[in-house]
Amino acid sequence: MTAPSEQGRAGSRPSSTALIGTERVSLSHPEWAGAEIPPGTRRLPLISADAVRRPGVGHTRERLEALGRERASGVWTPEAAARRERGAEIRRETLKDMSGHLDRLCASLEANGAIVHRVSTPEQAREAVGQVARDHGVSLVAKSKSMATEEIHLTPYLNGLGIDVVETDLGEYIVQAAGQRPSHIVGPALHLSKDDVTHLFADLNGAPVSDRPDDLAAFARARLRADFKAAQMGICGVNFAAADTGTLVVVTNEGNADMVTSQPDVLVAVMPIEKVVPRLSDVGVLVPLLSDTANKQFVTTYQTWLSGPRDPDAGGDGPRELHVVIFDNGRSDVLGTPLEEVLCCIRCGNCQFACPVFRTMGGGHGYASIYGGPIGAVLSPVIGGHSADADLPFMSSLCGACADACPVKIPIPDLLVDLRNRYVEEHPRPVEDAGWRAWSLAWSTRVGYAASMIGARAASVVPGGILRRLPLVSTWASVRSLPSFTGAGAVRRAARKKDGHDR
Amino acid sequence: MADLASPGPALAALDVLRAMGFDPVVPADAGCCGQPAFNTGQPRAAAPVLRHTVGAFEGCDAIVTVAGSCAAMVAHNGPALVPAASGFVRRMWEFTQFVAAFGAGLPLHLDATVTYHDGCHMTRVLGERTTPRELLSRIDGLRVVEMVDPDGCCGFGGTFAVKFPELSAAMADVKLDHAAATEVDWIVSADPGCLVHLSGRAGATGRALPTRHIAEIVRDALVPAGVTA
Ligand code: SF4
Repeated sequence: MTAPSEQGRAGSRPSSTALIGTERVSLSHPEWAGAEIPPGTRRLPLISADAVRRPGVGHTRERLEALGRERASGVWTPEAAARRERGAEIRRETLKDMSGHLDRLCASLEANGAIVHRVSTPEQAREAVGQVARDHGVSLVAKSKSMATEEIHLTPYLNGLGIDVVETDLGEYIVQAAGQRPSHIVGPALHLSKDDVTHLFADLNGAPVSDRPDDLAAFARARLRADFKAAQMGICGVNFAAADTGTLVVVTNEGNADMVTSQPDVLVAVMPIEKVVPRLSDVGVLVPLLSDTANKQFVTTYQTWLSGPRDPDAGGDGPRELHVVIFDNGRSDVLGTPLEEVLCCIRCGNCQFACPVFRTMGGGHGYASIYGGPIGAVLSPVIGGHSADADLPFMSSLCGACADACPVKIPIPDLLVDLRNRYVEEHPRPVEDAGWRAWSLAWSTRVGYAASMIGARAASVVPGGILRRLPLVSTWASVRSLPSFTGAGAVRRAARKKDGHDR
Repeated sequence: MADLASPGPALAALDVLRAMGFDPVVPADAGCCGQPAFNTGQPRAAAPVLRHTVGAFEGCDAIVTVAGSCAAMVAHNGPALVPAASGFVRRMWEFTQFVAAFGAGLPLHLDATVTYHDGCHMTRVLGERTTPRELLSRIDGLRVVEMVDPDGCCGFGGTFAVKFPELSAAMADVKLDHAAATEVDWIVSADPGCLVHLSGRAGATGRALPTRHIAEIVRDALVPAGVTA
């Protein structure tokens, strides 16, 4: 394996070492798995059909099923159940006074010397980060994992300003190099096999690499080290932000957030509003809850607590300048409605492991949204600017495994049904809606119901070839054989025969 | 659902209830719980249908359903949709729960091996996992072989099955693979929806893997009076 070149450090405007060779990457992916989803390509039934047919999807599914059994079975030990109750309470307490907690958080952050940018839209959030980068002449950013930055499409925006942005979480680095987006909230590269990663790294390297997991990790580490040293700015996400002390908590298992938040002179932390928690002590409940559900750990290997920029007089470490970007992106609109529950989410990814739809599609790409899986199907349609995701709630069998696996007890299936109702009301479809009205009218009267049973029995003598041409029937029969309707209405007839006791 | 495409389970349940000494009736107005519309975001279409069904059962002491999912729908969403449904819910029994409660002395015998699929809504909304298995374990001669992920979704999901047919079928294939690995005679469930979907998919893919509703299994296991099990 060749050592990474030090070219990243050369010159006055350092660029990324870790991303050297990305132009050689040959690992292919469908359009809908890409870092950005091209507009107009998003047809969920087609994408989901593609996803279940993708080569290798069975292996990914089995991996996800195993993880689901281990982490997201919905069975909680008494101790974990108690923590779950407490966590759920803390999150709902936060919702009750979201703006009050945010005001307190901003005041605490400022008292600690941080510069707060409290904005509404993703554009404003991107611009705030871009402005900090410009002010400091930044050309290279080291970034730790953050779904919030994905949501606001931060990396392509900064790239457009001529800035290299390097993902330093191993999984994120892998998907970034592959030109894809994360397929799972905590395991962004879970859809890729060891072979995929070996090929990818060989392409980056321009020469073969060993396929031993330790060697693969070492390859990434060596390249990322160079960027940690050269980056002028760090960007991190936030897991929890304590309103009382202004402490930002970031958890990782690789320590990369420690590097991102301590090496570059300028640090920007990006968070959506719901990351706030009332008290620092709440972290004592929520971090173990998150670590246990996401990774079956009591606590993550690393916890980064940021309490402000470095104090120049006292020496110490950390960034010289700390910026915190807090964005809303439509979240406040659902406060006070049943949908606000979605803001309780602590992004553990457990609902994704638990979800048979997610698993069968081999991960979250098939949702064609930044957030995939059950949480994505309720969060994406709620946050602003994502009206393209309005039909996402239909892509669920409503099995409920997500709700059982959720550490903060979000009733995801109920929210999916609420959002389906909202979709129906906002997107009138004359034919389908009239069909439901006619069904409702018929099945709420005795005559109508009996007529539909007679109709079904009549249909059963219609040759299958003709029956299969009816729209609903044809979709059903495209993948299944048709049930027999010869017995339609038989239950009632049988019960009507008073002495039909023999069978 | 039971009456339309899968009358077998309800007919079997009537036989079992009679064997238990009850005199079951199917009210002329009994119909659908409204779930297909409700879960598709059409609560306004669902409400009259549920109201009609709730009204039909007025005067019944106990309401027994062979569809775990319908029971869950009425219990979880019914009262908010149709206030009169709360009385219905109090008198409602899922089939296996009713047999477990009132059919303790029923002699049952059936020589077969089965695997049991937990329907999602019965399992997660009603919280019922154990009663169907207890009922099966009471059948003399019957052997239950658990499959991997018995409570994994079969991919039916009502209108989901026609909105995302390939995805739904792929989920059924996973279930059918797990079930096939147990090498049993029947896949048994307490939910006709799952069974219609699974047998449809098994049929389309040429698998010889018959499905049977738990009420049909119990009916088949009834020992005629005078014969000792
Ligand atoms: S919805 Fe619940 S299970 Fe899903 S990511 Fe959020 S906290 Fe975790």
